[in-house]
Amino acid sequence: MTSPTLLIRDLHLAFGGYSGRVEVLHGISIHIRQGERVALVGESGSGKSVTARIVLGLLQMTRTARIGGLIAFEGQDIAKLTPRQHHRLRGTKMSMIFQDPTSSLNPVYRISEQFREVLRRGVPDIERTEADARAADLLADCSIGDPERVLTSYPFQLSGGLNQRVMIAMALANEPSLLIADEPGTALDVTVQAQTLKLMRELVARHDTAVLFISHNLGVVREFADRVYVIYKGRIVEHGRTADLFDDPRHPYTRALMDAIPRITGGGIPEIADASDTYLAPIIVHEGCAEPEVAP
Amino acid sequence: MTAPLLSLDSVSKVFKVGGREIVAVDGVSLDVIAGECMAIVGESGSGKSTIANMILGVYPPSGGTVSLRGETLPARRTRAHRRAIQLVQQNPLSSLNPQRTVGASLRLPLDVHDIGDNAKRWTRVGALLEEVHLPADFRSRSPAALSGGQRQRVAIARALACESELVVLDEPTSALDVLVQARILKLLMELQRRRGLTFVFITHDLSVVRNIADRVAVFEKGRLVELGSVEAIFTDPSHPYTRSLIAAIPVVTSEEQALKESLTQKEEKIDHS
Repeated sequence: MTSPTLLIRDLHLAFGGYSGRVEVLHGISIHIRQGERVALVGESGSGKSVTARIVLGLLQMTRTARIGGLIAFEGQDIAKLTPRQHHRLRGTKMSMIFQDPTSSLNPVYRISEQFREVLRRGVPDIERTEADARAADLLADCSIGDPERVLTSYPFQLSGGLNQRVMIAMALANEPSLLIADEPGTALDVTVQAQTLKLMRELVARHDTAVLFISHNLGVVREFADRVYVIYKGRIVEHGRTADLFDDPRHPYTRALMDAIPRITGGGIPEIADASDTYLAPIIVHEGCAEPEVAP
Repeated sequence: MTAPLLSLDSVSKVFKVGGREIVAVDGVSLDVIAGECMAIVGESGSGKSTIANMILGVYPPSGGTVSLRGETLPARRTRAHRRAIQLVQQNPLSSLNPQRTVGASLRLPLDVHDIGDNAKRWTRVGALLEEVHLPADFRSRSPAALSGGQRQRVAIARALACESELVVLDEPTSALDVLVQARILKLLMELQRRRGLTFVFITHDLSVVRNIADRVAVFEKGRLVELGSVEAIFTDPSHPYTRSLIAAIPVVTSEEQALKESLTQKEEKIDHS
């Protein structure tokens, strides 16, 4: 079997400061194969976003961050990459979609200029007119009806939903093999969020892109992901295929999370116990979801 | 039928932006009955926050009236009017003054509205904290030393401080994690029962509405498009917009999925526009 697009094995993260070390990740393992949509779901502070930042190589630049463990991207250990090589991967082979599209686009440049910059990362000597034509095509792929108007607009002239689609188009512009989506659509209205997810699902299926989908919203995860890792306080507590995990949540923490979600079928708000020690129980892995062997 | 506690009568709000007129709220009439939880639901730009601001008297309506117990509320509210309607906002980190201790924040409404004497006010602060299930020694803490859920409890205690009957809750749990949300919602329901409070609960989250509201008012582009009991809205939503909102809710169980599909067959093919 070929190596997974992304393989994280026993990843540790601690921040060292004047007041001692703060352990953030306690050895998490995740893998994503080509074309798979994998969710990492947990509450704020559980370690979801730092995991994404480590994969992108952004946290490595923070001097107080102590990182241990293996991250392999398409079979290659990213710790062995020079910062320059890692930089070259970002925006080309691995790309990212952020939570709030309007603030992650630069307000002082038109979409066309920002899009050219993205395309130049893939093809450094791309012609201006060629880049604009390609950008228009990519925007059209993202169900944007009038790409020309969008290209000549500034981000603040567009709605949140449109900006989100522009972000998706940019993230997929250089045909990445890994897309990291950190809470996409959380800042948007539910109907727009639903459309965004549907669009993302279609596009990644068409390009066979591997997706690491980071979210706190179990409902969104259920609609988007093939497989789910549940993270609690820097530990993966449960891992399984989406249908299995939602039909039969086994870890006490996953169960508490599921119980806490108000149901549209009613039933009131459940009594939620205070954080219990059982939440720290060892990981539960559903059938057929073992982590792959790592080649020595 | 009992007389409503709060009444909006053909309320409109028009904002002038750069020479253009934007109709934020368009002829809304709505009664809120004492003791109920009325949910106001809609997407961004639907006018829900504008309605909240007019209820609270942040600005007057451009047309129509807001009345409390049959008395039309003036554009400039008196202290008694302000005391009668309280607010809990979405983000407690920005709604609590970071320079004030929790105790000082809770004491302020008592001072402003001259409730009790000096000694009684401190006892009262302790009682308020107890009511939202926080230890009494939290009064000396600053908001920065609290978790998101604890801060929201303080904001709720502050809204209860001067014994108002009507509390406007503007997305009170949207910024919180789901476990914390469940506890805060539970607390709100408990307080409502114990104190006989009336809630105007503004939210975009229909799954929350399903479980805590008595009635729902659905807003689209400043208009009230559907009003009914929670049961009615979730068994037979009549407006297509309501159905599209329900269709978009991300759900976690197959029962919910089935309910969604049975309600929203017509909206299956919502497309990007």
